[in-house]
Amino acid sequence: MTRYEALQRILDRFTENDLALFTTGMISREAFNIRDRAENFYMLGSMGLLSSLGLGLALQQLARTIWVIEGDGSALMSLGAFPLIATCRPSNFIHIVLDNEAYESTGGQPSIASTVDLAALAESAGYPSVWGVTDTTALDSALGRAAAAKTLRVHSGESSRAGSGGARSGLAHASRVEAAVRANAHRVGKSRACASTSSAVARFEGLTSSTSSMVVTGVKINTPTQPNTGSPIAKAIVRLNSTKR
Amino acid sequence: MRTAYEFWDMLKRLQVTFFSGVPCSLLEGVIHVALGDPELIYIPAVREDVSLGIASAAHLCGRHGGILLQNSGLGNVVNPLTSFNLLYRIPVLMIVGWRGYRGDDAPEHLIMGEKTPDLLQTLAIPYAILEAAALEENLRWAVTTMEQRQIPVAIILRKGIIA
Repeated sequence: MTRYEALQRILDRFTENDLALFTTGMISREAFNIRDRAENFYMLGSMGLLSSLGLGLALQQLARTIWVIEGDGSALMSLGAFPLIATCRPSNFIHIVLDNEAYESTGGQPSIASTVDLAALAESAGYPSVWGVTDTTALDSALGRAAAAKTLRVHSGESSRAGSGGARSGLAHASRVEAAVRANAHRVGKSRACASTSSAVARFEGLTSSTSSMVVTGVKINTPTQPNTGSPIAKAIVRLNSTKR
Repeated sequence: MRTAYEFWDMLKRLQVTFFSGVPCSLLEGVIHVALGDPELIYIPAVREDVSLGIASAAHLCGRHGGILLQNSGLGNVVNPLTSFNLLYRIPVLMIVGWRGYRGDDAPEHLIMGEKTPDLLQTLAIPYAILEAAALEENLRWAVTTMEQRQIPVAIILRKGIIA
């Protein structure tokens, strides 16, 4: 499966309710080519920022589904956002990582994703649903399940992950964040970039449901890459050690 | 000296209630009050750039967002400020704790302490150094400037201004 094929399948699914954010580089360019739409946002720079922007949107655009679509390099750059997203648990957030183990926009240099299991990282960060897929059939199935999962799964108020931080953190805080967002929802009605927000916010559903999802998709790199034998860090260490002082 | 309650009361009047940030000891009271106030949203971020991404989403939803950070974290927001907020014209209120002010601080704060106003100036981010007597005026200026120019604006907070 190429990245282009994966993006085609992802973009095919979108309706007006889906706000899709695409990371800088090839992913934005290909998404624009495949299906430009008013609800797409293309991040031109700020590598690594997309998931945070998506989290902020998900917390305020409660009735819309926010899709963050980024590469392995971008995801690895803001790895700390994984547990933050999992802690806030927006019920309308789907995170897709197109993992080609390379920085392809800059010429196909290897990333460390070849030795990192991003799906496992998302799971251990606390994402309630994670699918790692490598072919189009599995991707279609994961996308369907991720989209369906966003409908109402209200948690019991307890969490094995967020228990230690007291009322100021974890789920307690996340529910307060969501409650406060809901209380302030009328202000969101003045939407600029996001169309038809006021009616959308009025349909707020799934308060603190625990359904943020991640789909990690292995895709083939398109440009010829540098030989990728062994991890780049190992190679860098060898290089450092062989440097004469 | 003003209280964190007065600080937030003014921001509520200005309708800036959606915040994210990374703590600074100079913002201890400010963050403490925000966490206890149901009218305020404060999302504890893992890095300053992450808080900027979260707060920037507020503008896309038709409201104002803000970030709370220490000046040591300014370096972490330079890229998103230049390639996102200033490029797309996404205003955000930045409340920046000024460690290293006048060289009177722990060593790790001295260089950034000296460079903080210069750095904001280089990035063409309008800023004001908060004065206790001018708290309302400073904050109103910041929000008005954000609205007029559609770019991030910084309020720099020295030790002893807000308890």
